[in-house]
Amino acid sequence: MFKIFTLFADLIVFTWLKLPESSRWAGSLHFFIEDVSKIFFLLVIMIYVIGLLRASLNTERIRVFLQGKNRFFGYFLGAGFGAITPFCSCSSIPLFLGFTQARIPIGITMSFLITSPIINEVAIVLLGGLLGIKFMIIYVVVGILAGVIGGIFIDAIKAERYLMPLAEKMKEGSVELPGFEKPKMTFRDRHQFAKNELKTIFSRVWKWVFIGVGLGALLHGFVPEEFIANNLGSGQWWSVPGAVLLGIPLYSNASGMIPIAESLLIKGLPVGTTLAFMMSTVAASFPEFVILKQVMKPRLLLIFFVMLLVMFTCVGLILNLIPF
Amino acid sequence: MKIQILGTGCTKCNQLFALTEKVVQDLELNVEVKKVSDINEIVAFGIMSIPAFVIDGDVKFAGNVPSLSNLKEIIKKG
Repeated sequence: MFKIFTLFADLIVFTWLKLPESSRWAGSLHFFIEDVSKIFFLLVIMIYVIGLLRASLNTERIRVFLQGKNRFFGYFLGAGFGAITPFCSCSSIPLFLGFTQARIPIGITMSFLITSPIINEVAIVLLGGLLGIKFMIIYVVVGILAGVIGGIFIDAIKAERYLMPLAEKMKEGSVELPGFEKPKMTFRDRHQFAKNELKTIFSRVWKWVFIGVGLGALLHGFVPEEFIANNLGSGQWWSVPGAVLLGIPLYSNASGMIPIAESLLIKGLPVGTTLAFMMSTVAASFPEFVILKQVMKPRLLLIFFVMLLVMFTCVGLILNLIPF
Repeated sequence: MKIQILGTGCTKCNQLFALTEKVVQDLELNVEVKKVSDINEIVAFGIMSIPAFVIDGDVKFAGNVPSLSNLKEIIKKG
């Protein structure tokens, strides 16, 4: 199905530009053209379709749904909803406070907040398109499990002790939730919403795709095959926590990260290390921590930070043991 | 009529504010457009995604920036 993009790149690089197949630049350019055309094509279709479905979904409705649910299912539901709702770090504070106000346990809120940035339609499209369905499924499962386990842990250490007064007040305040009803949507409304989504998301991610694929293409053309396997292969256990640590300041979104991951994988970086690196770049970021500082005491932030670090490292180490 | 834009100063919130001011100008309405950036006040509206758009205390939508024509219709309806 995706062969057409390879043929397209063949056409440009070898037929029109007449670059020799053995040249490094030709390899890089081929990688770049194939990936960019494939990613843009997939993104446009997926964002639009998901937009149609998402038009009637809102976090207010999710909150009502999560309220008073069984704890254990609550973590899965929290992470699951995190996966399907779009994430914007600027909304994480109102969301956090809104959930707390509804007396949803903080662990379930954290499940939502951990999984939300990891899993989104852009990440899924890119993973499925570039790295294959198997990798995509592993990513989704790990993303949800990270949310669930993180949430359980946060509740287990009774993290509500470490909330800022602002968030505590919410818990004690009234349980009355003003909420609001979204009006019924016609297909035209949905189309409009999806079109808007496509415009905003695309205008935000296209440059990341360019940067990501560009770096991936250079890696592809210029880093020798054995280099990564020899230096960062699964034999070097420290490469996993190293990759996770490196990923945190490298805050990026999935659209830039995945083409790089593709290139690293092709060059022989183990699956676990690649995945751990990806998740830490996407999930844990400094801007996000700065925002969360409004509702969490520094101690909880530190715990949260270390928890993500340990979790992604474990994921990486475990997956490296499994032959793919 | 009173319009409030709820948001903590993210890009989308500023976009919505600018768009609203433009619509109000285009329609030549005598409306007060105000930004609400205090998190306590925002949460009191019961919304959890920003920016949100409020007319006379009623939340009309939250979490997205509509197109110019859509916003016009929403404001016309009141």
